[in-house]
Amino acid sequence: MKAHGTVFRYKDNVDTDVIIPARYLNTSDAAELASHCMEDIDPTFIKRVKAGDIIVADKNFGCGSSREHAPLAIKTAKISCVIASSFARIFYRNSINIGLPILECPEAVKGIRDGDTVEVDFTSGLISNLTTNESWKAEAFPPFIQKMIEAEGLVQYLKKEMAK
Amino acid sequence: MSMTMTQKILAEHAGLPQVHPGQLVMADVDLVLGNDITSPVAIKEFAKFNLDKVFDKSKVALVPDHFTPNKDIKAAQQCKCMRQFAHDFDIEHYFEVGQMGIEHALLPEQGLVNAGDLIIGADSHTCTYGALGAFSTGVGSTDMAAAMATGKLWFKIPQAIRFNLTGTFTRWVSGKDLVLHIIGMIGVDGALYKSIEFCGTGVASTTMDDRFTVCNMAIEAGAKNGIFPVDAVALEYVASHCKRLPKVYEADSDAEYERTVDIDLGAIRPTVAFPHLPENAKTIDEVGNVPIDQVVIGSCTNGRISDLRVAAQLLKGRKVAKGVRTIIFPATQQIYLQAMEEGLLRIFVEAGAVVSTPTCGPCLGGHMGILAEGERAVATTNRNFVGRMGHVQSEVYLASPAVAAASALTGRIANPEEIGVN
Repeated sequence: MKAHGTVFRYKDNVDTDVIIPARYLNTSDAAELASHCMEDIDPTFIKRVKAGDIIVADKNFGCGSSREHAPLAIKTAKISCVIASSFARIFYRNSINIGLPILECPEAVKGIRDGDTVEVDFTSGLISNLTTNESWKAEAFPPFIQKMIEAEGLVQYLKKEMAK
Repeated sequence: MSMTMTQKILAEHAGLPQVHPGQLVMADVDLVLGNDITSPVAIKEFAKFNLDKVFDKSKVALVPDHFTPNKDIKAAQQCKCMRQFAHDFDIEHYFEVGQMGIEHALLPEQGLVNAGDLIIGADSHTCTYGALGAFSTGVGSTDMAAAMATGKLWFKIPQAIRFNLTGTFTRWVSGKDLVLHIIGMIGVDGALYKSIEFCGTGVASTTMDDRFTVCNMAIEAGAKNGIFPVDAVALEYVASHCKRLPKVYEADSDAEYERTVDIDLGAIRPTVAFPHLPENAKTIDEVGNVPIDQVVIGSCTNGRISDLRVAAQLLKGRKVAKGVRTIIFPATQQIYLQAMEEGLLRIFVEAGAVVSTPTCGPCLGGHMGILAEGERAVATTNRNFVGRMGHVQSEVYLASPAVAAASALTGRIANPEEIGVN
């Protein structure tokens, strides 16, 4: 499985309040949430984003609230992958649990600018910046988490396990 | 191999004699919590399991506290979804408006938290219960659904940072100042994926409410959990609230910590976190002249009775500054009643403040005190991110109830010492 898209580049500590402001949390409708994705940090994001695009950010992406609405809004906005130097832990769990691909790779983050075209090979963990012809290898997930990703999320994984 | 307090609780709940940092485990949960924002998503996910019951109807707590009393039709629909689920699945601990409170103040008060418990909640401030020696952490809605279905959840065993507390707080300094000081020191990702464990001779002088406040904001340093040792203060609280016998875990004397930081509580000054991150901490002496439009005293961080008492000591017989909207939120119905009986509500109203029913309301920019463009608030809440309390161009300054009350009186961020209370 591969992702290929244009990069939206953000800095440190992108919090869940700017990913999806709480004023929109009176619904859990994914499409409605996605229509406000990144609104308080990048008001034009939702107009510019195309299916397959990639978010790249510095450290502690997704800090703050436990709202799963944040990765859900990003996934529903058709972002194919989020690459960051580090993720806040609840956002990390939530992304894996709902099947939003995320990769921690500080070296890649340093070498990627806004608007670059990036390709990610999820099997090998290879991140390639097609604009600059550089590439990096993200650390592989532990086997248990890989199984969850393959099952497309925690619920499907557990259902398979429970059926055994 | 020796273990930290957190590692011991996780090992026990995973049925393992020993765990090590980085290990992934499946552990039994003692309580699963959700609110009116996170539960509707969890309920949708739970439906995918096609189950006719939750793993244990006495171990799920549902608290409609964020946008309640229902702020609009959509919020009402979300609460209705949660209420219906609670009814259909016979959930024992569903707290309707009228019995409810802000979840992290409510659950310990209702005796649902015990020392040694493993508690997960679809709310990031679930880490509050570490104050009672429980392992508690925030998770997402899918995690909540999985835990409601199976009674288990996956965890990565965390490393820990230890804070060794000595001394005692000076007047007007409390748990809030301590935790803002710590976040200022280590940063908003300073404890990412890790536990924060407290120890030392200074612990005994901190109140239960101080500890709730400190553990509540462990997440603002990125921590998985914050946890205090179970001493006489904690045991007394548990004994008077929880029907179950406490299970006390202690860190091994040779447990490995990533580092140990010594803090003299006597050296902590009233502390304020400037916009737009909780790590932007300054002591009250470094604040300068910052005029304000609103003061919010309440939330899962600082809406407990001792917080209201401190605010009342400063507001008693005085008036809030002209042009400052002061909004006070007792965190639970019981705290509201207690504040009424102690005469605190009269003091607040006479000072020109308003007192609201318990709600998370303004803390997350939901309702009941939203800021306009360019406005500034001093709040005893926990986050000051861009747009957190309203307009993207508004600002939130995090502080203790004492600093918030002094600021309400002066119309600018103020040191409680300058109010002249004997």
